[in-house]
Amino acid sequence: MATPTNAPAQASAQSAATSSSLPILCLIAGWLVPGGGHFMLRKPIRGALLFIAIVGMFAVGIALQGQIYSPNTGDLLDILGFIGQLGTGLLYLLAKMFDWGQASVTIALGDYGTKFIVVAGLLNVVAAIDAHSLANGRKAS
Amino acid sequence: MLTQFSAMMIFALCLSVVFAITQRSEPKLMIRFGAFCFALCVGGTIVASWLMYFIKR
Repeated sequence: MATPTNAPAQASAQSAATSSSLPILCLIAGWLVPGGGHFMLRKPIRGALLFIAIVGMFAVGIALQGQIYSPNTGDLLDILGFIGQLGTGLLYLLAKMFDWGQASVTIALGDYGTKFIVVAGLLNVVAAIDAHSLANGRKAS
Repeated sequence: MLTQFSAMMIFALCLSVVFAITQRSEPKLMIRFGAFCFALCVGGTIVASWLMYFIKR
């Protein structure tokens, strides 16, 4: 039972628990939605720039008829491509759900499109880890 | 339809924005680093293109 004397200590512990879960939440939000982690940390300009850059790359990749990889083809290069594209979070799920992109590359520019989508995923992972570092204080501001 | 050059410019721009925001802390340094990354990407591509042109000849 809480007594008046240990109430500040409990509040401090609760605050510490909340702040310890914030980095993980920022990491997950940043992965699911590009720039989401930065929005959670009240850095809207950085979040918006990251969102525009990553979603823009993904959209250009789709427009260039890039390939959307599947996880279970058995080919090592396809698995690596899938891991890279999975970094885009919800965008990858949307692409799978609405059948965006191509199942295989049919034109030369489609290969560029595939690279755009993979790099968008990798950059989104970098952005999510940056939000995590900002939340746990490893990065200054 | 995008040309190969315009596709490369969009790629370099998006890459530079993300690198600038994630690799630097201060806004002024972010702009400088982003411009540096963009120039390096575009300049490196042009140099590599001319190298390939002369290697082929």
